Amino acid sequence: MAERVLLRHLDVPDIHKLDVYLAHGGYAAARKALTTLTPEQVTEQVKASNLRGRGGAGFVAGMKWGFLPKDSPKPVYLCCNADESEPGTFKDRAIIEWNTHILLEGILITAYAIKCHTAYIYIRGEFAFGARRLHEAIAEAYKAGFLGKNIFGTGFDLDVYVHRGAGAYICGEETGLIESLEGKRAYPRIKPPFPATYGLFGCPTIVNNVETLACVPSIIANGPEWFKSIGPEGSPGPKIYCVSGHVEKPGLYELPMGMPLRTVIYDYAGGIRGGKKLKAVMPGGSSFPVLTPDEIDVHMDFDSMRKINAFLGTAGIIVMDEDTCMVRALEIIDRFYHHESCGQCSPCREGTGWLHKLLLRLEEGNGRPEDIDLMDRIAGNMMGNTVCVLADAAAMPTQSFLSKFRDEFVAHVTLGRCPLKKNGTGHRQAA
Amino acid sequence: MPKLTIDGREVTVEDGVNVIQAAERLGIEVPHYCYHPGLSISGNCRMCLVEIEKMPKLQIACNTKVAEGMVVYTRTPKVKAAQEAVLEFLLINHPIDCPICDQAGECKLQDYYMDYGAYKSRFPLEAKVRKRKVVDLGPHVVLDQERCILCARCTRFLDEVTKTSELGIFSRGDRCYIDLFPGKRLENPYSANVVDVCPVGALTHKDFRFKARVWYLEKTQSICTRCANGCNIDIYHRRGEMFRFRPRYNPHVNQYWMCDEGRLWYKALQQESRLTRPLLRGAQGFTAVTWDQAVNWVIEAITQAQATTTSGESAVAGIVGAKATNEEAYLCLRLLTSSCGTELVAGLSWSPPQAFADDFLIKADKNPNTRGLQALGLLNGKVAVTHILDAAEKGTIQVLVVFAADLVTALGREAVEKALGNVKVIVLDTDYSGTTEYADIVLPIGTVAETDGTYTNYAGRVQRVRQAFPPPGEAKTGWEALSLLHAKLGGASYLSAAEVFAELAQTVPVFAGLTYGKLGNHGVPLASLLPEEVRGAASA
Ligand SMILES: Cc1cc2nc3c(=O)[nH]c(=O)nc-3n(C[C@H](O)[C@H](O)[C@H](O)COP(=O)(O)O)c2cc1C
Ligand code: SF4
Ligand code: SF4
Ligand code: SF4
Ligand code: FES
Repeated sequence: MAERVLLRHLDVPDIHKLDVYLAHGGYAAARKALTTLTPEQVTEQVKASNLRGRGGAGFVAGMKWGFLPKDSPKPVYLCCNADESEPGTFKDRAIIEWNTHILLEGILITAYAIKCHTAYIYIRGEFAFGARRLHEAIAEAYKAGFLGKNIFGTGFDLDVYVHRGAGAYICGEETGLIESLEGKRAYPRIKPPFPATYGLFGCPTIVNNVETLACVPSIIANGPEWFKSIGPEGSPGPKIYCVSGHVEKPGLYELPMGMPLRTVIYDYAGGIRGGKKLKAVMPGGSSFPVLTPDEIDVHMDFDSMRKINAFLGTAGIIVMDEDTCMVRALEIIDRFYHHESCGQCSPCREGTGWLHKLLLRLEEGNGRPEDIDLMDRIAGNMMGNTVCVLADAAAMPTQSFLSKFRDEFVAHVTLGRCPLKKNGTGHRQAA
Repeated sequence: MPKLTIDGREVTVEDGVNVIQAAERLGIEVPHYCYHPGLSISGNCRMCLVEIEKMPKLQIACNTKVAEGMVVYTRTPKVKAAQEAVLEFLLINHPIDCPICDQAGECKLQDYYMDYGAYKSRFPLEAKVRKRKVVDLGPHVVLDQERCILCARCTRFLDEVTKTSELGIFSRGDRCYIDLFPGKRLENPYSANVVDVCPVGALTHKDFRFKARVWYLEKTQSICTRCANGCNIDIYHRRGEMFRFRPRYNPHVNQYWMCDEGRLWYKALQQESRLTRPLLRGAQGFTAVTWDQAVNWVIEAITQAQATTTSGESAVAGIVGAKATNEEAYLCLRLLTSSCGTELVAGLSWSPPQAFADDFLIKADKNPNTRGLQALGLLNGKVAVTHILDAAEKGTIQVLVVFAADLVTALGREAVEKALGNVKVIVLDTDYSGTTEYADIVLPIGTVAETDGTYTNYAGRVQRVRQAFPPPGEAKTGWEALSLLHAKLGGASYLSAAEVFAELAQTVPVFAGLTYGKLGNHGVPLASLLPEEVRGAASA
């Protein structure tokens, strides 16, 4: 297999260090971009590569950069979204901690493309080690002249700052991130206006995910055609799959975009732990619909997933075996959204808590028959009607659990306990 | 000017207007909580959903600007269902304690859920998120966190209007609550406006809490007379008693706001010290007399003074306080100059030294009508109050008419005592004051709440006040009392304040062309009516 791009540290030890990174061709792409291409040409190449945002929404990166106003007198900012808090997702962390310079190089090229001279890396507060690694790498890069003034003698300046979050999922939502960076409560903003026109400190701003930015150097180094040749053309590139849950070999797998979900689970992650049967998979973190075993032949790319009403999301693949109680699993998911809703919008603030309480009641054996439809209705009322999509992120898994595993929810009501529970013990099943 | 269609009706509005405002022009109410026209758009309540052609999802009307050819529906089943859902969310943790809530009757939550059919909370009470019920925020405002729907109007007001940011939203999700930032108290001079912006009963005014059910109160358009700004207000009253002032929108004066001191000014207008009967001083002090007796006494005093005066010298003088309406001040002028033939009429506009003022609404001039008196030529320095008092002391005048002015507070007791010993003092006022102690006769008149009239604010805007209820006891409105005297002295009598104003507008050039009708709800600035040179000449 070819050398990995994003998880290159698995092939090249110590690549987080500048000398090792340089010895393996590091910053050559940045040099190429800054010294031989115009910002517009860089943007064109990234657009042509069809690089799609790895933060979950899959928006075409080059197109997003193109939304920046051409003639704004205000400075342009780049925010690297390193808040990675999606359940089941731990890919950005690996890049930050072990392939640190590829991220900085991606930031440098992107900043050049969008004519930005100040970039912020907003990193999840819990990633203390990652923040340290970033600080070290940034110091190295300044010293080597890859950051700071007159980079590569081109007259291009760039400063990069690391900002540590304080532990809220909502700070990963791009406008919540911007508010937080401004020193405010991370209340997502209503859109329009979008960050490209009114972002950080009211200035044009691009927010990109760590993995997205880490893809950029390889596009400049190898060309957009190379990038597009990896996986499906409309949604191409190297991709990190995060596999967690009841598999033999949980972990990160860098593979081309568009791998069949079955292949990732069975061929790479070693199949279901202890030879058990697969019951359910959340393929893209916790924020999207759950899949059943007969749906796992789907290809893991943005477009293929949409065709079966699923989402690639962060490719945080959460695998659940036959012993998993789906009521408890959903309770854990909705507990997360109940905890993390910023509380701004009525449907999300009240809906997440309401869902969670109903699920707790169901788990405790006190669920009412009408609660199942009530939960479905609450989730339906939360969808598509809030400032950010956290409400949808809670509603989508809820509705899919309720419809795909309805019998199990009904059984909880009729039995007054979990049907998987044997002889009244083992209520808290592995989940 | 985009033209759009809302519920099948066309409307043309200015650019930049949102769909809530456009609908309002057609008399269509789009239900909303977080939107407030005086604050930034927050878009958090999600109540203002509307259907817009060519848009797949429902849109929030507050953050949707009008566009040419836009087709909006505010009442489709889809919209109704979505709004019902939002209400359901808002009520799930709401205590629904309307029977003991001050906001009942003007609560948007209550209004809408009544519209949508009383909703039975699906959660047993013990499962509701409990928060603090009586949080003391400052001198005026109390917070009930459980009733709060987190619309962020209060925080936006404090962030954007006063820029004092005392309140914040703390915690996350359904645990969110409004509270003071550590070390802060809600005590800026405009703090009580948060009570008005709060769409529910979460923020209440200490002064109004539990005092009255709003549906028993009447509402009358008026002006705050606490300072020269002339903030537009509504007086809430019942059977001649005032319960509160609330700001009334005027884009030119106070937008949606008023200051805390002005808000409580109604108390100063209905104190024990109110005068309710004409009083005549005798050997044993004041005795109540009838209006006939009082008026006759006054007329006699004036005619006597005129008869005994030596040629040329005015025997009668008048002082008009800047509390007087334009109509009252004008009638004082008419009465004294035409009927009594005196030139000795001075205005008195007194404010405590170093009175508080800021660059927002509050003015250091604590009189509502200084500019009006100026416009009538009463404060131009031709006749000074001190000059009149000197004349009184010297005995050149025999009768002094004091209208709505307290000389004692303004000039000190000593000066007043020296001057007024030798003259007949006729006082027309609302309350006992230092000056009434020197009066020979007192005629009780109505306050701003009890009369029709106009004031001219610091910027020269002429604004109407309307009678909320008649003056107490036997008191008469100021213009009626003056009209009575005027008629007795052979002048005209007037049937209404409007009639007085019409004459004023005819005779005083700066007011030319104005009528009550033209003043409308927001008043008219004097300056805009006249070119600068005419204005200059008129006030010179
Ligand atoms: C509730 C919520 C949390 C999010 N958290 C993250 C995050 O931790 N990291 C991230 O990159 N994007 C996150 N996103 C997506 C961002 O809003 C945004 O789409 C993304 O950073 C854009 O980068 P991309 O185009 O490179 O994917 C989140 C979105 C929502 C609604
Ligand atoms: S949807 Fe939820 S998380 Fe997003 S802004 Fe609204 S309340 Fe906050
Ligand atoms: S206290 Fe009132 S104004 Fe403030 S957020 Fe709550 S409901 Fe809104
Ligand atoms: S600013 Fe002046 S007019 Fe306005 S409310 Fe306050 S005291 Fe009254
Ligand atoms: S009024 Fe529009 S969302 Fe609240």
